[in-house]
Amino acid sequence: MSRHLLSAADLDHAAAVHVLDVAEEMAATQRREIKKLPTLRGRTVVNLFFEDSTRTRTSFEAAAKRLSADVINFSAKGSSVSKGESLKDTALTLQAMGADAVVIRHPASGAPHRLARAGWTRGSVVNAGDGTHEHPTQALLDAFTIRRHLRADGAPTGSGTAAGPGSATGRDLDGLRVTIVGDVLHSRVARSNVLLLHTLGAHVTLVAPPTLLPVGIGGWPCEVSHDLDGALRDGAPDAVMMLRVQRERMSTAGGGFFPSAREYSRRYGLSAARLRLLPEHTIVMHPGPMNRGLEISADAADSPRSTIVEQVGNGVAVRMAVLYLLLAGDLGGRA
Amino acid sequence: MTSAAQGAPGAPDSGTTALPGARVLLESGDIHRALTRIAHELLEANKGPHDLILLGIPTRGVPLAQRLARRIADADGAEVPTGSLDVTMYRDDLRRHPTRTLLPTELPPGGLDDRIVVLVDDVLYSGRTIRAALDAVSDLGRPRAVRLAVLVDRGHRELPIRADHVGKNLPTSSAERVSVLLAETDGRDAVLLSSPATGGAA
Amino acid sequence: MSTTTPAPGGTGPAVLVRGARILGGEAADLLLSGGRIADVGPDLSGAPAARGAEVVDATGLVALPGLVDLHTHLREPGREDAETVESGTRAAARGGFTAVHAMANTDPVADTAGVVEQVRRLGEEAGWVDVHPVGAVTVGLAGQQLAELGAMADSAARVRVFSDDGKCVWDAVLMRRALEYVRAFDGVIAQHAQEPRLTEDAQMNEGEVSALLGLRGWPSVAEEAIIARDVLLASHVGSRLHVCHVSTKGSVEIIRWAKERGFPVTAEVTPHHLLLTDELVRDYDPVFKVNPPLRTQADVEALREGLADGTIDVVATDHAPHPAEDKDCEWAAAAMGMTGLETALSVVQHTMVETGLLDWAGVAQRMSTAPARIGRLEAQGRPLAAGEPANLVLLDPAARWTVDPAAMATAGRNSPFRGRELPGAVVATFLRGRATVRDGALVEPAGTAR
Repeated sequence: MSRHLLSAADLDHAAAVHVLDVAEEMAATQRREIKKLPTLRGRTVVNLFFEDSTRTRTSFEAAAKRLSADVINFSAKGSSVSKGESLKDTALTLQAMGADAVVIRHPASGAPHRLARAGWTRGSVVNAGDGTHEHPTQALLDAFTIRRHLRADGAPTGSGTAAGPGSATGRDLDGLRVTIVGDVLHSRVARSNVLLLHTLGAHVTLVAPPTLLPVGIGGWPCEVSHDLDGALRDGAPDAVMMLRVQRERMSTAGGGFFPSAREYSRRYGLSAARLRLLPEHTIVMHPGPMNRGLEISADAADSPRSTIVEQVGNGVAVRMAVLYLLLAGDLGGRA
Repeated sequence: MTSAAQGAPGAPDSGTTALPGARVLLESGDIHRALTRIAHELLEANKGPHDLILLGIPTRGVPLAQRLARRIADADGAEVPTGSLDVTMYRDDLRRHPTRTLLPTELPPGGLDDRIVVLVDDVLYSGRTIRAALDAVSDLGRPRAVRLAVLVDRGHRELPIRADHVGKNLPTSSAERVSVLLAETDGRDAVLLSSPATGGAA
Repeated sequence: MSTTTPAPGGTGPAVLVRGARILGGEAADLLLSGGRIADVGPDLSGAPAARGAEVVDATGLVALPGLVDLHTHLREPGREDAETVESGTRAAARGGFTAVHAMANTDPVADTAGVVEQVRRLGEEAGWVDVHPVGAVTVGLAGQQLAELGAMADSAARVRVFSDDGKCVWDAVLMRRALEYVRAFDGVIAQHAQEPRLTEDAQMNEGEVSALLGLRGWPSVAEEAIIARDVLLASHVGSRLHVCHVSTKGSVEIIRWAKERGFPVTAEVTPHHLLLTDELVRDYDPVFKVNPPLRTQADVEALREGLADGTIDVVATDHAPHPAEDKDCEWAAAAMGMTGLETALSVVQHTMVETGLLDWAGVAQRMSTAPARIGRLEAQGRPLAAGEPANLVLLDPAARWTVDPAAMATAGRNSPFRGRELPGAVVATFLRGRATVRDGALVEPAGTAR
């Protein structure tokens, strides 16, 4: 693993599979009575959050603490930052505190890149979601969840051999079909997932109204559709990932991205009827928090296919793996 | 993170490859006899196979633990459960080495509580791997006792740790390198000694 | 180097420039005297007027008329932490310029005769280049109400170029009135073409890179739509329109279309848009954040082609210095703009001359003659001929140098070319016969304590 995890594109195939494998081992330790490992004793992990995100922050915090790292939570929203303190000065302050890793969530796309590349911190930088850019650990936990369901031995679409009974270790997502639905334009989850799932061999289809797809999407390694019914019926996806749609994106006086919540839900929501279009083995995913009744119906969210709660738990194991791989090596970050 | 997948999984105590110009210290037959002796010692010390669990430390401790279980079965007819114990996350030298690959920890059904856990490793050297293993064991349960069986003890201890059962004591210089080869992992059984002059960098 | 330094104003001792390739052509001598080019000829060493003249060996150097920048941000008054007239005009002289147009987006805005006269005076006091203030089109650049354009035109600053640069005059009626109004004093409206609604919070060129980086896109159409509207307006009212910093292929095509119809339109392109693309944004380094944004390679090719065929009249720097803290931050928070005065000629040599798209005469046309004509500067952009003002630059086209922002005269460190090797170095600049730059270094005016 290189020194930082800024983008899902930082991971090549071998590295991505490796992170997932390490995450499997981490998950195994989390089924024990004593969940805490001494691995990162003496290392300091700073959670630098410029945006509210309790679930991501607590997930990273749990991951760091389970590995015995010292955790400093720096919630910058509403603190000195809003009074004009720059990202640079905040980073220099954290550096003075001896941060070995900085987990950063920031409303500006690319803020983690600046933190990593501008020399403001000597620690490893983990992107915990930047603007409308990326959220690589979310993509890792999604890939981890997909692999567990569809690539462990006995999974319905499996091909090739698994490492052991019930294990997905060593496997990728070759040939799996993943459909991602919703506000791709503003979604860091979608960007990271397209890159990572493609790296792992999956076929990704994005489904959204044209207003919620970025201009220039032609270069992405995925297919694009505006027709959810067609994508579900004809695409026979192995996994369907619903993205959160913020209500403020709907039509306003200045021109919104879609006319109304009702129309969005009708055209792009995962309703009970659409759920029935899916093959039996297909899993339903959502990065959370959900807007029930908008992008996802209660039937879908609560169905046995839903991995939504499991995704949260997998998040801790994946983040433990990332912190371990970044921090347990030597300080130079080689290997 | 491209090369981590190829990172050496073994502990620094044990060599992983046969080096050119290495001297053979133990042949296949020597290893066989040593393991048979250890199996008998274990049974004798424990007054039978009751409550024994053999936990191999990856990589080569795992097949050694399985071989010991077979020897015990040959001698006593008893089925002794085996497992593996990866100690990577308990090591105190993580920062001194490239990121290590994690290997599975697999415990036999029933866990470790109130059992006699025998840790099995190929080479005992500084003792740091065993220190990490003891920490790992205590996070996994509370055995009645923990014992240590190693194929080779090459000395140079850095911690107050000693083995209960040793296949062969091999006094070495710390500049030398001891490599254990096993059929399961390396295609043949042998213990080799190489010095920096003949074996290149250790 | 000579120990005697001519005083500003063009009354220093004579200078004999020997063996310069005029506009890159045949080598000739130029005799500068009394602020004018006294003579041009194959060998003036024996001329009576050359006796006692300081001799400049210009063997291998190219002589061009002093460069004229139509688009410079000197930041003073108001943002002296970014640049001053003094530091900005030093940078201009180092870059081979003898005149710059100082943009109006200062604080206070240059929307009154008082402010433009102040800027004019600061330029005169600095003495490095002629500083021609640009007047704001609307009061406070607010796009609501015409500024007192006539007062600025009639002031000592004799303003002829008006621009709300940084902001677009987006109201079509206001734009029409401005175009019409400045006709009374032969003025020109230099439009910053940026449809505001299409570019709200825009961060970079809208395309494949912005899609991947998750940065709000800045569509080409936001520029092209305004240019299309404005060339039609200019034609309709018969007034001069100048389009600032053209950045897209579509803009070049619209301007080409307008010129084919004889519309009174001129246009400029910046050196950075001739070389750099949005691929550079991938690492989110704000040194590449600029308005208009860096576009694609196809746009770069179209801009070079447009500059070569005359669709685009002028290379203008849009020199926009910023203090370090305005760039040393995350992309979205960073200021837009790049320095350019000291790299412009080198970038043009690299992108246009070394590619065979322009010869040195073409460079002179686009970096001196045309901008001087658009700005109605009578003593700039003149031919290198006897009797003309002695404004010229000598450059060494064989030189190669690595851009180091810390070594520049501008106070801004935000050069997007930092670390690049560029061809061509300014060896000397003469403003009315006085050397402002000799041997690549600034020459302090005599008798001033700086």
